[in-house]
Amino acid sequence: MSTATVAQPELVGRGNKEGAALFRQWFRELTEAQERGEHAAYVFVMGSMAEVLKAFDFHLVFPEINSLQTAVRHVALDYLNEAEDYGYSPDICGYVKADVAVQLRGGEHPMGRIPRPSLAVATNACNTYIKWAEIWERFYHVPVFTFDIPGTRQAYTRADVGSPDFERDRRYVEHQLQELIALCEEITGTPFDVDKLRQVLHNANVMSRNWARVLELNRERPAVFNALTEGTIYLGVANALRGTPDGADYFVRLVEEMEYKVAHGIGTLPEEKYRLIFVGVPCYPIFRRFYEFFAEWGGVFVNSTYLWFASGGFNRGFQYDLERPLESLATGILLSVSDAMDSMFFQDRVLAHMVADYHVDGIVFHPIKSCRTVSTGLADTRRAVMAQTDVLTLYIESDMMDQRVVSEAQLKNRIDAFFEGLATRKLQAGAA
Amino acid sequence: MAYAAGVDVGSTQTKAVIIDEDRRIVGRALIDTGANVVRAAENAFHAALENGGIYEEDVAFVVGTGYGRYKVTFGDTQITEISCHARGAVHMFPGTRTVLDMGGQDTKAIRVSPDGDVIDFVMNDKCAAGTGRFLQYAAMALDIPLAEIGAIALQAQRPVKISTTCTVFAETEVLSWLAKGKKIEDILMGVHRSIATRSIGLLRRVGIEEEVTFTGGVAKNIGMVNVLNELLGLRLNVSEESHFMGALGAALFAMDRIISSRTPATREV
Repeated sequence: MSTATVAQPELVGRGNKEGAALFRQWFRELTEAQERGEHAAYVFVMGSMAEVLKAFDFHLVFPEINSLQTAVRHVALDYLNEAEDYGYSPDICGYVKADVAVQLRGGEHPMGRIPRPSLAVATNACNTYIKWAEIWERFYHVPVFTFDIPGTRQAYTRADVGSPDFERDRRYVEHQLQELIALCEEITGTPFDVDKLRQVLHNANVMSRNWARVLELNRERPAVFNALTEGTIYLGVANALRGTPDGADYFVRLVEEMEYKVAHGIGTLPEEKYRLIFVGVPCYPIFRRFYEFFAEWGGVFVNSTYLWFASGGFNRGFQYDLERPLESLATGILLSVSDAMDSMFFQDRVLAHMVADYHVDGIVFHPIKSCRTVSTGLADTRRAVMAQTDVLTLYIESDMMDQRVVSEAQLKNRIDAFFEGLATRKLQAGAA
Repeated sequence: MAYAAGVDVGSTQTKAVIIDEDRRIVGRALIDTGANVVRAAENAFHAALENGGIYEEDVAFVVGTGYGRYKVTFGDTQITEISCHARGAVHMFPGTRTVLDMGGQDTKAIRVSPDGDVIDFVMNDKCAAGTGRFLQYAAMALDIPLAEIGAIALQAQRPVKISTTCTVFAETEVLSWLAKGKKIEDILMGVHRSIATRSIGLLRRVGIEEEVTFTGGVAKNIGMVNVLNELLGLRLNVSEESHFMGALGAALFAMDRIISSRTPATREV
């Protein structure tokens, strides 16, 4: 469908509508999978191994997404309380606890019924992943495959691509992929089909390069999407439908929408006053209100580290070589998952680049009680970024799941003060 | 002559300040906030008018600040107490680069520019641990008026080490030290040191640049001022008007609006 033939009202906002529809469809398919007795794999957003699992027709279940959906739908507390009644501490990750309650309820979830797993795949990208997968192992007595992705703990991305060290790491990942393939063959009774993997990789390539393009288009003024809200819809599709034709097509159409908006100067806000970066995980219990705290001042999130690490590092747009599918898949996983992992430790340099590339006025740091993995070090990162850039920053704390530790009045007070500072700065810049 | 007003509706007390065009305080009032926040704002405003002998119709602009700022229903706009404390502190002490504001349920560390603009700020998190409320509960547990605890604390010879600043557990903490036979002044100094240490942690997060001005209700506490001076190794600016600093800042912003309506070049939030 060419841009010229599409009327604006149909094109603008299409990505949000289609994303929501795809998500509902995805949950419907999960519900039906249980009824049909089809295989489901429980996976995580950082290193889902969707490419391999899709080649065996596994339905992918993302417990992190299931959990956040309970918060967005304002029922998370019911699930958290149930897990805490079962024995989990209030200090345990809210995503884990909501998922435990989903399992205790036999898969009951506001979006549908979550199927039981045949397999669970975890990576070391998050330390909680490994213990979380062990819960399913005990609940369902299914195999848990834990990927060990070597991390370099260096900023931005691995600088040693092509070196003997990198090649050793790549072969290490490729060997684990072969083990996973053997396990999938055993569970499904289906022999591995490399051409099917190639098709999945092709779909993932289309998605990845268009996802990277979508992110890049938000450098324009006005920003064409809000990284906190609309970006999270796109992120959901990127995770849930990676490797599928629907997922690939969605991102092609999304680029079309975003390019149209850029060409016609259509921003996501009626009047964009301040361009912001969001660092951390969204405040899902008051998702809409949280967005409004910023939008009411004309603040738009033009980018977010969440879109980076929670897409498993696929924002970098890595393209698989279909001539060398397994070898290339190992390279892509190594680079992307390392990026996602290392992003938690070294964000300052990337944020400083982002400030320049996206013409940013301020950065909002949002550590959360539930997840120390993504929150630890944010205070230091904030200081480091402030030393490198001349932008105002805001440090606010809440949670991605637990409304008991979300205080709207406290948040609003700090956010209003942040914008008062931005307003003064803008006024002074205008007067200079 | 036009007047400007600032009304700071805090969690414990509501403060109102009226200033003239020379930015001098001509009226002030302080009352307990109580349950009816709207009425507290109105009462404080009217008491400040009465204090200054000023007619309400001569006040051309009112800014509400503090947690109850949106309850200042007669106000013309609202500005957070973070911006207002910074502005008030720099007005009182032009050399101010860092502000420590300690109120009933908030402690804020604010770094400011020479113009009084907020460069950075941090506050205690959602918990009221380490704020003025802890002092209030400790005073209640010891049955000593809040206004006297600072001076009593300064008589301490062997201060105890208070491990918690949780307001809910303040009474338990104090009683446990009494049960161990510790003197009241030693317990109170422990309380002051504990809160001061926590506040200094906030200050370090924004960076301590002199001069440092101490504002808010707790700045009236001589014990806290002394402990902070000692631990920071410097001398804090403390104004007689420290209680009113937020309201003063709000009134200054209100006066900006009055002046800018005449000359558009004036800066404002």
